[in-house]
Amino acid sequence: MIVDFSKNHFDLFDLAQRYELDETQLTSKYQTLQRELHPDRFAAATDAEKRWSLQAASLVNEAYQTLKHPLNRATYLLGLNGVSVDEETDTQMDPMFLMQQMELREALGDAEATPDPLKALDSIASELSSGVRNCQTKFADAAEGGDWAAARATVREWQFFDKLKREVKAIESRLDY
Amino acid sequence: MAYSDKVLDHYENPRNVGVLDKDDPSVGTGMVGAPACGDVMRLQIKVGDDGRIEDAKFKTYGCGSAIASSSLVTEMVKGKTLEEVEAIKNRDISDELALPPVKIHCSVLAEDAIAAAIADLKSKQQAKAS
Repeated sequence: MIVDFSKNHFDLFDLAQRYELDETQLTSKYQTLQRELHPDRFAAATDAEKRWSLQAASLVNEAYQTLKHPLNRATYLLGLNGVSVDEETDTQMDPMFLMQQMELREALGDAEATPDPLKALDSIASELSSGVRNCQTKFADAAEGGDWAAARATVREWQFFDKLKREVKAIESRLDY
Repeated sequence: MAYSDKVLDHYENPRNVGVLDKDDPSVGTGMVGAPACGDVMRLQIKVGDDGRIEDAKFKTYGCGSAIASSSLVTEMVKGKTLEEVEAIKNRDISDELALPPVKIHCSVLAEDAIAAAIADLKSKQQAKAS
């Protein structure tokens, strides 16, 4: 059996269940699994085996995308430890953090009206990147120490940075024609 | 998804956008956030000598429903006592704006913002009294 459906995403790629991972190993194991599950190899297989290989390939893809993206990986790791971040009714966050987010959003709103919008966006983007790096370090430390409450709080902040980064990119691609 | 007329009205003509002096002892500031949508909401209330809210301001970054919920709430709280404001529930906001189920959390955000603003105001008043 190439793929065991009962395994979690980390096990699927023979990776330790932790935030820090060897991306080379993740990608190389992913490519190996993809080759082994390639439809060509199931051309002569029974319909049941073909269906199985498709499901396995889709699981492998989903697992790879989840682990490859740091925020998705962190969220998934929280989930494996029984911690959810999806509650829309949990609105309590550090006011200082929210203040900073509001300032970043104000700066983003003003960026297009500045003489050099791309430069203004660059400066916001670099602040966001440093925010993300900070979250990554904090999350890794909290997760290693088993402090899932702190890990969860960090992911919630990380989500804000991630969302803003995507908005900056969208504005950049609109301006950068 | 179609917004209701009331949401559109508040979204296009938001009431009471702005900022009050957060260091003013009669001003309570509430800040809340929704990580899943990236929404940030700041709601401020200023209570007068008679114990009633004489002014309210908000600033919200988020979807139309989040902006409309905070705009509506600043209108609802004016002239009310803190006890009356505490009785405002997200249901009152979502019903008034006819929010669809997927946007109910925006009204929760507004309710939590008021609660945070009141808590801030009360802690200031206690600090003053002690």
